[in-house]
Amino acid sequence: MKRVFTLLLPLLCCAVVANAENSTAFIAGVFSPPRLAPDFSIRGSDGGELQLSRYRGKVVLLSFGYTSCTAVCPMTLAVLAQAHKKLGALGGNLQVVYVTVDPERDDAERMRKFLSAFDPSFIGGTGTAAQLAAVRQNYGISATKIPTPDGYMMSHTSYVYLIDRNGYLCALMPFGHVPDDYVHDVNVLLQK
Amino acid sequence: MTGGRLSGYLRRYWVCIPLAGVVIAAMGWAALTPIRTESRDNLFEIPKGTWARRMAGNKVEILPAEIRLTLGVRDILVLKNLDDVPQVFGSILMMPGQSFRLPFEMAASYQFACTAHVSGQMTIVVDPNPVSPWARLRWRAGNLWRSGQWQ
Repeated sequence: MKRVFTLLLPLLCCAVVANAENSTAFIAGVFSPPRLAPDFSIRGSDGGELQLSRYRGKVVLLSFGYTSCTAVCPMTLAVLAQAHKKLGALGGNLQVVYVTVDPERDDAERMRKFLSAFDPSFIGGTGTAAQLAAVRQNYGISATKIPTPDGYMMSHTSYVYLIDRNGYLCALMPFGHVPDDYVHDVNVLLQK
Repeated sequence: MTGGRLSGYLRRYWVCIPLAGVVIAAMGWAALTPIRTESRDNLFEIPKGTWARRMAGNKVEILPAEIRLTLGVRDILVLKNLDDVPQVFGSILMMPGQSFRLPFEMAASYQFACTAHVSGQMTIVVDPNPVSPWARLRWRAGNLWRSGQWQ
């Protein structure tokens, strides 16, 4: 029996390692090596200052959008809200940051109301057009104003950036993923 | 067709019969055998000096205007920026020396803005997993045509 156990132990170890490697793989697109997420300081939807580096110690999901968006943004935020809920107690280690690409319409109060419909813990960021353009440039985000018969809409990048607890931009989740994918990748970041 | 004419044809073209058999067998194998690849990664590198050459007025195309991926076979795009300056692929900002690995899970056509292109545009077409015999045959033929590899 002891001999069988001795023979099986290395196999068992290999299986555990293989499983661990598999579970630490991201579903999102991964940067290698990760770089420090560019810091910014803009106006928060809570009325205070929103500084990204203040969330060190938490996993940050950073997304860009606008409150008048009727397609992509509400879907993304709903998915993030569900993921946050599914994380349960671990959800306290997660912060969703949503930066507007439409500072003309999105003031702090409007963003607060919009975001709290999804999850009151989500924080929004707004600022001057120049401030937000600088943030977008640092993250490679595109945002274009498109005129419509009743005003305008914004065409913008729909990815969600995953930032680890040390402030490193590790991964990027394209639009279309389900809450479980976020739960998986946030867990990977929390285990780092 | 009469029996006499058929045997005439067979006598004249008897060499073609085993050849046709081999072709049919190869096509049958290509249609029925699942596609296996060593890696699902499709690596593209932006070489060092790309930006400098472009600034000097040269038209430098590093990545193809269209990249085709196939779900379950080769569905992970790997980009490596070996240049001295940051490069933007879609909204993905890659610093010098950084690489980005993006798995695709949905068959679709994706449009990306890309500074590695003179046109600034790039399309990634993700084809569905070739599970039917006809799809496997088509994929293998296309792969043979594009890369000269039989998988």
